[in-house]
Amino acid sequence: MNATTMAVRAGLRRGVIELRNTLSSGQDLWNFAFPTVILMATMFFTRGLTVPGTDFSLGARTLPSSFGMGIAFAGMLILAQQLIIDREDGTLLRAKATPNGMLGYLIGKIVLNSVLAVAGLLAQLLIALLFLDGLRIDSPAAWVTLAWVLVLGLVATLPLGAVIGSLIENPRNMGLVMLPTMGLIGLSGIFYPVSVFPGWVQAVAQVFPIYWLGLGMRSALLPDSLAAVEIGGSWRHLETVAVLGAWAAVGLLLAPVVLRRMARRESGSRVAARREKAMQRAM
Amino acid sequence: MTAVELAGATETPHPPDTDPVLDVRGLRMRYGAVDVLHGVDFTARRGEVLALLGPNGAGKSTTIEILEGFRLRSAGEVRVLGTDPARGDEAWRARLGVVLQSWRDHGRWLVGDLLTHLGSYYAPYATAAIRRPWPTADLLDTVGLTGQAGRRVNQLSGGQRRRLDVAVGIVGRPELLFLDEPTVGFDPAARREFHDLVHRLADLDETTILVTTHDLDEAEKLADRILILAGGRVIADGSADELSRRVAGKAEIRWSVDGERFVHAATDATGFVRELFAQHGDAVADLEVRRASLEDAYMTLVREHESGGRTDTALRVLRGEEER
Repeated sequence: MNATTMAVRAGLRRGVIELRNTLSSGQDLWNFAFPTVILMATMFFTRGLTVPGTDFSLGARTLPSSFGMGIAFAGMLILAQQLIIDREDGTLLRAKATPNGMLGYLIGKIVLNSVLAVAGLLAQLLIALLFLDGLRIDSPAAWVTLAWVLVLGLVATLPLGAVIGSLIENPRNMGLVMLPTMGLIGLSGIFYPVSVFPGWVQAVAQVFPIYWLGLGMRSALLPDSLAAVEIGGSWRHLETVAVLGAWAAVGLLLAPVVLRRMARRESGSRVAARREKAMQRAM
Repeated sequence: MTAVELAGATETPHPPDTDPVLDVRGLRMRYGAVDVLHGVDFTARRGEVLALLGPNGAGKSTTIEILEGFRLRSAGEVRVLGTDPARGDEAWRARLGVVLQSWRDHGRWLVGDLLTHLGSYYAPYATAAIRRPWPTADLLDTVGLTGQAGRRVNQLSGGQRRRLDVAVGIVGRPELLFLDEPTVGFDPAARREFHDLVHRLADLDETTILVTTHDLDEAEKLADRILILAGGRVIADGSADELSRRVAGKAEIRWSVDGERFVHAATDATGFVRELFAQHGDAVADLEVRRASLEDAYMTLVREHESGGRTDTALRVLRGEEER
């Protein structure tokens, strides 16, 4: 077996081990479950409200939208954060000191975050079905749409997360990305239809993947009549593929370059320096 | 596995025993306008243990990081296992082991999982002579962590964590191992065990080891050869014994005659003692001959270097090394 194949396998195994480590840690499980709890509460309390212009439950509309948001989160922010932490504690340097270790490391992260994203999505779905109605979960077409939006979403966001994580060196600067992302979520029609917002807000939202991920997920799980509430009165699958595909292309082109540049600069003294800084912060 | 499948392992040929594992000539490093290394030269043979000593800021870390392939040099010729580290591929990387000071990684992993996982990357680089990786159970036993195999890494004590770092450094059965201050935080027993391990690696597996330390006693115990780096230059290169003898030529002799104690410093300690016995015979008691220690040598060399006097003793040591 050649070394690259071996590293890909090691990476898959790495993802599984990291997954197991996450599931066996109370703190990690809580970090993972906490957003789900908040989202569930939001959907529960808005289940009686209706999407403007329809009699469809606002809470039920939020569920697929939050699937889209969850993918963007897992792909971009969580991966970025992991990269920053792993750089600070020496995990990345360890990968660099191991033959083909960086390849294995990245595959491990992709496996971990993809599985966590899917698990989060299923957990939300199972809980939400206890109190939400009107979702098209019995339609095979819905699942097909959900699957391609999910995969395309991960391909579009994971490389972006890798780029963000490589560019930020100090964990404190994560806020520089976190806050704008939160704002973007507000603009992206996750909790309320974007069509009621001013035109410039709609324009901004449509540049970024979060809006399209939400739209794609809504197109999978909501009745077709709800398309009327969206921009252009349609689910706009072609545009969804185009925008997410464009982000995927940009990310896949940039990520290897930025990752390589970041990895090249890692060394023992950099990790030591970062550690010292972290200690000073803790004081 | 067949020989064909091992093709990756043969890309970088195994150096013949006569080729140095480390070959550094005129190594220079400059950060901005500051020169950190001004022409460092040294070599290391297979199975040799080399200690790199020097005051903080002397360029030890920079030198090691260049050899590890983690940092690009400004100038000079460097060959590590026959390859320029700036161009080392993954097959070359598989033959190196690195133990750094500040690992805090993989805290949530189980000790056994981590070693097995990291070891798996080395399997394609096994050769007929070197089985890679080191089997996890064996390795745990070697570093004394068998009881901790099922523990999470962040639950290990400081000394255990350090031993795990060493285990990770040698899991690929490296031909060249870098150890950066390996025994900081070890208790005396753990330190002794670690020294035994280093000797075993060097003697049985012919691993070449480059160790940095501030502990001169450790350097003396571990190293076949000691390099002292100061101000970005190698100011001394030789065995602990050679360094101490050349720097401080005098030994200290203590004895007592009829309960009265004496101390004397002499260049020819043996001659002096012979004389002593000729004069006092059986009356001589409590005889002690103490050579200048490595610490004395180190302090003298570094002090001389810092006061700009590196031309005398340091050069004498270097010249002596060449005459050998």
